[in-house]
Amino acid sequence: MEKTFNPFSLEGKTILVTGASSGIGRETAIECGAMGANVVITGRNAERLNEVYDLLPAASANVQLVADLTLAGDVEGLVAQMPQLDGVVMCAGNSTTLPLQFGTREKFDEMFGVNFFAPMELLRLLYKKKVLKKGASVVLIASIGGTHSFMPGNGVYGASKAALNSVMKYAAREFASRRVRVNSICPGMVDTPLIHRGTITEEQLAEDAKRYPLGRYGQPEDIAHGAIYLLSDASSWLTGHDLVIDGGFSI
Amino acid sequence: MNITEFIENFAAQFDDTDEALFTPETKFKQLDEWSSLTALSVIAMVDDEYDVIIKGNDIINSETIKDLYDVIEKQL
Repeated sequence: MEKTFNPFSLEGKTILVTGASSGIGRETAIECGAMGANVVITGRNAERLNEVYDLLPAASANVQLVADLTLAGDVEGLVAQMPQLDGVVMCAGNSTTLPLQFGTREKFDEMFGVNFFAPMELLRLLYKKKVLKKGASVVLIASIGGTHSFMPGNGVYGASKAALNSVMKYAAREFASRRVRVNSICPGMVDTPLIHRGTITEEQLAEDAKRYPLGRYGQPEDIAHGAIYLLSDASSWLTGHDLVIDGGFSI
Repeated sequence: MNITEFIENFAAQFDDTDEALFTPETKFKQLDEWSSLTALSVIAMVDDEYDVIIKGNDIINSETIKDLYDVIEKQL
């Protein structure tokens, strides 16, 4: 059978997805699998991770590795077991809604630990240990918060994502010597378990969604599709870019 | 925790509202200065001062300061 022309295909690529047991990471893993990739998934919750693993195409060489990326030992162990990668999507993250006057060092440390130090350390080791192949693509899931949008109560979270966006650009410059591309995605509010924790009520979320020009919050697949573009050969000449996917919110 | 101290902590989240307006019976969401950011500050203050996690709905469902106080006291 003749192959269909598809520059977005991930056929034959091995892709690591972190935070794959839930939300954007889960959807990204599933869609990468559907696009032909061998998918390595990692997350903290073994049961939920296994559910995602079962949704990946059985014919591909998929791997599931339980790890808590905030633990140095787990990150080292993960990297040691990692096959050579054509791409990685760093989705593991957390959020908090907290006015700055309550943003103690402890709260900042907690948020930076998950959203900045964990993906940074994983990225560092993947590159240093040459787990990322030449020409590999790195996708960091950041946020419009902290760089494109500054909503009250989002400072602690936004600052951690801004830091991630910042190293994305440095890494893009430094890793270009191995033709490794590094980009980020800056989503607006995406309908995942993360936003349904009760600090903001469901009514307030529904009201907030109306402020998005395209009339709704994002769905995990809206972000997964951006990640597929950044992972695929279609974006071969793109690096150091923060791709805003936010239904027009930050315009 | 007592109601007087709670009202002081509650009032501290406001900048322009006369302190005399804060009583157990105050319908706080009717105060001119009340906003979604004040709500977030109250939630954070309760976590800080009383180690109790309240939710947005606890605020929505409380009419007076005393109502909210009762919600927190139950979780102490």
